[in-house]
Amino acid sequence: MDKKVVIELQNVRRNFQVGSETVHALRGVSFKIYEGEFVTIMGTSGSGKSTLLNQLGCLDTPTSGEYLLDGTPVRSMRRSQRARLRNRKIGFVFQNYNLLAKTTAVENVELPLMYNKDYSTRQRREAAIAALQAVGLGDRLEHKSNQMSGGQMQRVAIARALVNNPAVILADEATGNLDTRTSYEVLVLFQKLHAEGRTIIFVTHNPEIAQYSSRNIVLRDGKIREDVYNQNILSAADALAALPAPQDD
Amino acid sequence: MKAILSNKARSILSMLGIIIGVAAVIVMMAIGQGSKESVRKELSTWGTNLLTIRPGADMRGGVRQDPSSMQTLKMADYQSILSEAKFVTKVSPEVSASGQVINGANNTNTSCYGESPDYLSIKQWTIEEGTCFTEEDVKKSAKVCVVGKTVVDELFPGGQDPIGKTIRFKSIPFRIVGVLKSKGYNSWGMDQDNLIIAPYTTVMKRIAAQTFFSSIVCSAVTEELSDEAIEDLTAILRRNHKLKDDADDDFTIRSQQEMMETMSSTMDTITIILVVAAGFSLLVAGIGIMNIMLVSVTERTKEIGLRMSVGARGLDISNQFLIESILISLTGGVLGVLFGGLLTWGCNAIVGYPAVIPAWSVIVSFAVCVLIGVVFGYFPAQKAARMDPIEAIRYE
Repeated sequence: MDKKVVIELQNVRRNFQVGSETVHALRGVSFKIYEGEFVTIMGTSGSGKSTLLNQLGCLDTPTSGEYLLDGTPVRSMRRSQRARLRNRKIGFVFQNYNLLAKTTAVENVELPLMYNKDYSTRQRREAAIAALQAVGLGDRLEHKSNQMSGGQMQRVAIARALVNNPAVILADEATGNLDTRTSYEVLVLFQKLHAEGRTIIFVTHNPEIAQYSSRNIVLRDGKIREDVYNQNILSAADALAALPAPQDD
Repeated sequence: MKAILSNKARSILSMLGIIIGVAAVIVMMAIGQGSKESVRKELSTWGTNLLTIRPGADMRGGVRQDPSSMQTLKMADYQSILSEAKFVTKVSPEVSASGQVINGANNTNTSCYGESPDYLSIKQWTIEEGTCFTEEDVKKSAKVCVVGKTVVDELFPGGQDPIGKTIRFKSIPFRIVGVLKSKGYNSWGMDQDNLIIAPYTTVMKRIAAQTFFSSIVCSAVTEELSDEAIEDLTAILRRNHKLKDDADDDFTIRSQQEMMETMSSTMDTITIILVVAAGFSLLVAGIGIMNIMLVSVTERTKEIGLRMSVGARGLDISNQFLIESILISLTGGVLGVLFGGLLTWGCNAIVGYPAVIPAWSVIVSFAVCVLIGVVFGYFPAQKAARMDPIEAIRYE
């Protein structure tokens, strides 16, 4: 495989000081993620997956080891440099969507570009509309966040993650708050993005989701326990079709 | 911006403090400025080149003085000034008495001023009817007088022509030769038209029975030459009074300019006190804004976390909150200026108090509002900017 390395972790450790005790959340994690991969990171709570996500998202820095994002070393960066890096290279999708209240879909999607001076107001809006069309919400541009369903809100959040054309999309339990049907809908969307060549990291504790990704990393006690490529990727669209038709209640 | 609009009631309430504070400052400044201007206008109607010589040393310290020191201005001084003073055009000695003036069955209380004919032009009085008394009348201590409008109204209620009529002041009969054009009330509420002006010789001999003047008033050649005139007059009087070089003056010469400055500085002090008091309400309003902003920051922790995770730097976040607090205080400032303008207008139109809003006070108000926004927004903005995005985004 001669693909570009998007993410490279070199023996990353992260310790937290809780009172007088030192908690080792990550005890030397190393892996590489290549462009175009759809990776699920799994682990039970306390396995260190949230800490790992914060590392990958440049929200936190390693205690030791090095993290290269798109070739850029993150550990020695200052806060504002990391903010810039997040702005240009990363798209976040959160479990509870985190949309701005009383704000339209377009405005929510525009948000990351507000912190990028390379975009004019018009370019910002055009990019936001394009991202919303890509997630199938082209007809709901001016809907306010409180007028949308959970699935729609999560799709707005995904559009927001796409709008800056990031090197990697980081999803944190992105289907955690959704029912089975909408979960599959969102997974279909992720698979579509994957097919378009996007790099996706999906952190979850739900083992089912691993079946739809191309690679699965399992964490336990701050270490990698398993790292396997999925030879038999299931289609979320098929699973969605196989679901019983929604019943009106 | 959105946050301000979505919390209308809260934003307006915190603006209210600023609105009231700014309005108070504006009104206080307007009242101060208005009083100052009306006093200034009035003093200038007495002539801006007016010089007043009073007996006794400068009393601004409030020290009690020897009564004999009040009798230092004599006839000789007047004559010396008339013949020698270089920067003075007109001179009038002044003696005054107050009492009842009678015409038949009508009477009123008034003041009688003994002056020279120059007095009218020194104090910028004009004759409306008749003439002024003459130097000849002064020499003869003639019992003639010029009267103010109020005296005419009181003594001649039927609208008869007062010229040529005789009135009695403290039982001395005076023939009216002229009526003064009305000057109205001054800003202390004193009726300027309630007076009788007679030759100083007449008043000194027949009424006050004194040989000294209560003051001497003169006109300097021009307002600019007032200081030279004062120096010149001081030299003449010191020589006349045979004062030794190290002795203090036993008289005081004040120019109208000095009077104006004294008045202005008193007014300024009062204005400053009022404005400072009003300014405190702005301070309180600022604290109110800080309070609201702190609540707003806590309430929007999650939003801050989100903004940070999509790439907002601490600076971006703190700017966002600073702009918000400046916007609140500046909007409050604009409304406050409008409200203050309205109150000032009301002050003029309804109460009739002359209040003028100085342009700079509006500019200062806006500047202060921005400053309040920055100062009281800074702490909440910093609090927001220093948040840890990991914790902020998970905040519930």
